[in-house]
Amino acid sequence: MPDCTTNCVNEDILTMTIERYAAPQSLDEALGILQQGEVTILAGGTDLMPQTKAGRIAFKPTLMNIGRVAGLKGVSLDGAYLRIGALTTISELLRDPLVVQHAPVLAEACDQFASDQIRNAGTLGGNINNASPAGDTLVPLIVLDAEVELASKPNGSVTTRRLPLAEFFTGPGRTKRAANELLTAVRVPLPQPGHVARFYKFGTRPALDISTISIGIAGIKRDGALTDIRVAFGAVAPTPVRAPRTEAALEGRPLDAEAIAAAADTARDEVSPIDDVRATAWYRKELIHNMTRRMLDHVAKA
Amino acid sequence: MSLKHDIEFTLNGVGKRVTVDVAMTALDMLRDVVGLTGTKYGCGEGECGACTIRVDGETRNSCLMFAVDFDGRDIVTIEGLAADPKADALREAFVEHGAVQCGFCTPGMVMQASHILDTNPNADAETIKRGIEGNLCRCTGYKKIVDAVESACCGGR
Ligand SMILES: Cc1cc2nc3c(=O)[nH]c(=O)nc-3n(C[C@H](O)[C@H](O)[C@H](O)COP(=O)(O)OP(=O)(O)OC[C@H]3O[C@@H](n4cnc5c(N)ncnc54)[C@H](O)[C@@H]3O)c2cc1C
Ligand code: FES
Ligand code: FES
Repeated sequence: MPDCTTNCVNEDILTMTIERYAAPQSLDEALGILQQGEVTILAGGTDLMPQTKAGRIAFKPTLMNIGRVAGLKGVSLDGAYLRIGALTTISELLRDPLVVQHAPVLAEACDQFASDQIRNAGTLGGNINNASPAGDTLVPLIVLDAEVELASKPNGSVTTRRLPLAEFFTGPGRTKRAANELLTAVRVPLPQPGHVARFYKFGTRPALDISTISIGIAGIKRDGALTDIRVAFGAVAPTPVRAPRTEAALEGRPLDAEAIAAAADTARDEVSPIDDVRATAWYRKELIHNMTRRMLDHVAKA
Repeated sequence: MSLKHDIEFTLNGVGKRVTVDVAMTALDMLRDVVGLTGTKYGCGEGECGACTIRVDGETRNSCLMFAVDFDGRDIVTIEGLAADPKADALREAFVEHGAVQCGFCTPGMVMQASHILDTNPNADAETIKRGIEGNLCRCTGYKKIVDAVESACCGGR
């Protein structure tokens, strides 16, 4: 293996490692290939292509294109859940009537995602598995209590397990997905009466910009108070994060000016972002404070 | 030696068989293997839209696509659109409104504009502006492009 930890841009060296290309048509076949090990999974390619070209990640010996695997695309109702196939594109999510009806906050986030061309190519499974702390579907899905479905074929038959999305990420580009597992779908519980959810993304341009910060807030609103509160932040830590202290500051309290100010202060203290090219840590903390307050104001007035 | 793979797809309405390097971009294949140079390389990172093509009807950045992923798909490039009488109004509108200066962004811009009009024949200026968010133009300041697309949508179609 070449040493590609620093800016290795020699495409010949990187592509040389691909020994096999596979484009399976069924889940069973795809899981069989994964089980043999050392596989790079390709969906829309909008993360994989730039990352491999820049040498930030190297190909494994097998490149498996999952774009033709049957049954991984589309949105359906599954009991008390909305089930979204891993290959569903951001464009499809944005327009899907079931998503618009049952998870409008996810459609809203998809509307602020990149450009039309990227939304037509990029998949939900790719956005989740790329595991960027700034991935724009992650924060809304976390506040909606989404879970991921992972399938594998360890001993000849297909098994699946589910994991809350909030627990799926372990670091930038790292998740709890095992090497032999494929993310097949995301399940979102259908909203309870009184459910409200909001998403806010800050970037210097409305779209085509990696989020400087993002905020998701959800809960059940009854008699002017929020319960079952979920607050999550993107791009302020190595993974998207829940904010338990901010949630606790709001839970069950009347959503008045005092509660909102206290929650916004807690949110600022709770995050520990870094300085990077997009913003300083200080600026990110101020954004979190001000925008959390504004979003809660809107929820209170709605 | 890097791994090669045989693919078959429809290119501008005609069946095509090509052997490609599995890590090659669709853009490199179109320009260097197939020899269609209307599709442009601007950034190679999905930011500029100069490489926009239609894949099974949807627009995509060909610089972000693996060439092998063309297998079995229906591909249309600017050369295909140029031969399509349905796109006459759009092409003429670009000329009439002076929406072309250096012309580098134009193939991608026209491909994306045709997609906007196909999905929303009554697109207003706001919808058009949002639709071309992924297409950069260093010359025109966009106004003439938006005007051109708007006139093609309400006039020519
Ligand atoms: C110009 C540009 C702008 C962008 N803007 C945004 C933005 O505004 N917001 C945002 O969130 N992202 C943005 N992105 C990032 C990217 O488009 C998204 O993350 C997209 O959803 C990735 O999906 P994909 O299908 O293209 O993934 P791929 O590139 O195919 O895959 C991404 C990763 O996930 C793995 N993977 C894919 N599917 C599965 C699966 N089912 N199971 C297991 N592993 C899998 C792959 O192996 C790879 O590591 C942008 C990218 C570009 C180039
Ligand atoms: S060259 Fe593909 S988007 Fe710029
Ligand atoms: S006309 Fe020159 S870049 Fe658009």
